[in-house]
Amino acid sequence: MSDLTDLGLAAMARGLAARDFSAAELTAAHLEAMAANRHLNAFIVETPEIATAQAAAADAALARGDAGRLAGIPLGIKDLFCTEGVQTTAGSKILAGFVPQYESTVSGKLLADGAVMLGKLNMDEFAMGSSNETSAYGRVISPWRAADGSNRELVPGGSSGGSAAAVAARLCAGATGTDTGGSIRQPASFVGISGIKPTYGRCSRWGVVAFASSLDQAGPMARSVEDCALLLTSMCGFDPKDSTSLDVAVPDFAAGLTGDLSGKRIGVPREYRLDGMDATIAALWEQGLAWARDAGATIVDVSLPHTKYALPTYYIIAPAEASSNLARYDGVRYGLRVTPEGGNLADMYGATRATGFGAEVQRRIMIGTYVLSAGFYDAYFTKAQKVRALIARDFELAFEQCDLLLTPTAPSAAFAFGDIVDPLAMYLNDVFTVPSSLAGLPAMSVPAGLSNAGLPLGLQIIGRPLDEMGVLDAGLAIERAAGFTARPESRR
Amino acid sequence: MSVGPETVRKIARLARIDVPDAALAPLAGELSAILGWVEQLAEVDTEGVAPMTAVIPTRLRWRDDVVSDGDIQAKVLANAPAAMSGFFAVPKVIE
Repeated sequence: MSDLTDLGLAAMARGLAARDFSAAELTAAHLEAMAANRHLNAFIVETPEIATAQAAAADAALARGDAGRLAGIPLGIKDLFCTEGVQTTAGSKILAGFVPQYESTVSGKLLADGAVMLGKLNMDEFAMGSSNETSAYGRVISPWRAADGSNRELVPGGSSGGSAAAVAARLCAGATGTDTGGSIRQPASFVGISGIKPTYGRCSRWGVVAFASSLDQAGPMARSVEDCALLLTSMCGFDPKDSTSLDVAVPDFAAGLTGDLSGKRIGVPREYRLDGMDATIAALWEQGLAWARDAGATIVDVSLPHTKYALPTYYIIAPAEASSNLARYDGVRYGLRVTPEGGNLADMYGATRATGFGAEVQRRIMIGTYVLSAGFYDAYFTKAQKVRALIARDFELAFEQCDLLLTPTAPSAAFAFGDIVDPLAMYLNDVFTVPSSLAGLPAMSVPAGLSNAGLPLGLQIIGRPLDEMGVLDAGLAIERAAGFTARPESRR
Repeated sequence: MSVGPETVRKIARLARIDVPDAALAPLAGELSAILGWVEQLAEVDTEGVAPMTAVIPTRLRWRDDVVSDGDIQAKVLANAPAAMSGFFAVPKVIE
């Protein structure tokens, strides 16, 4: 395997600018790595012809001297982003064969900056899952193996599991992810890479297949904090086509990185110390706080009293919004259509949706339908929106005493396929990530250490609204101190 | 709240998802477990709390009421499972 795929995204950009290698060579090396790692099932669609043409265009722009900041950088795009002329399925059978006639704002911005699209990355169906077991296109397999000799195949996390596996296995320099309740951060933690969910409204949702519109937010996943910062700068920005897009200036996040935490107060939310917390994760959290102190920060204890209600709140609001958003899949305008013999329009709707949606998606649509139905709306949905306001207020109050929060990303390392079958147990994977999603705050995961079984563990940094710069700086401080160099062994 | 098979049948109809009779009871068990779990929210005092409607306080923007797009019939129909004469086609609705 070529050494080019081992470079970080920022190093690739420097090498391309210095003409140490061409975009064509860089893309070819990644296409070769993808071909050699198809057993991971990270891609639903590979787009080698598009990638090769885009790489040639990047080489021409680099030669002319008018190349964009991501010229020639090979990326994977999560299959939730509509890509013009390239099948986009959201991991669902109901969108098999759907070819968007337009490009999502975020993927379009990356391409406009010169990025190369290698293909569309596998994911949990409609981003509903934490293990990539719900994709209609087969599960994504993590490139990692536990050091306990069991050699069991591990989940890459979810829902951005294809993105996580592909970046960790060096199949792409970086990838787009989306995060509704932890779908960037938990998989990043599981495979030992970085990922940031920016403030809600930073990245346009236009052209991103909707799951829960008040929570969905795109963000980058890559092998370093600097790489994430480079991608984030390109992905953010006001878009009049998204009614919740924020019309605020976007800093050059990579240029602003210092990793200096002097004068910063790092909060430790006491409610995140769960009973029976994994001892290795608890120790890593303490280690992270020590690293932050070494980088100049002071540590303060804070309280987020409504933390325990975040997951149940999320599992009312997200399914409610999903049941509404997914009503559009009716077999009329796009996607799958199933018409029973002699059936009428209503029969077609019911058969199409029963055939096209997987079990977890059907379960969430029905939960959402129930909590929004007459007689239950106030007791469930309105109540959840009130508790959500309290959860957001908890963060506001905590940020009066501190500038950032440091917590574990996930309550465990990656688990093996089939280890968690109960939906409620699966939902608990997002216990540390869901509260900041409900509050719309920027949050990132950075690899910080290894479990006893030799699997990656991430730490999460949460910031004030629009303080991605502070989050990235703390991420960089952790990254430097942790010196995380472990990598998956199963590359073939 | 525990839901039974008949309630599941009703929800499934509202959601326009065909659920075979044999699946109603198992699904009722799964949905009841989830609903029972989310009901812990009842213990939170939300008296006087306004439901959250926006994550970042913002005003919805207005735009001029003008046609900003159009004449893309072929693109609109490009992914239709069935299209005829420039329209989406569906099974007969009126007998």
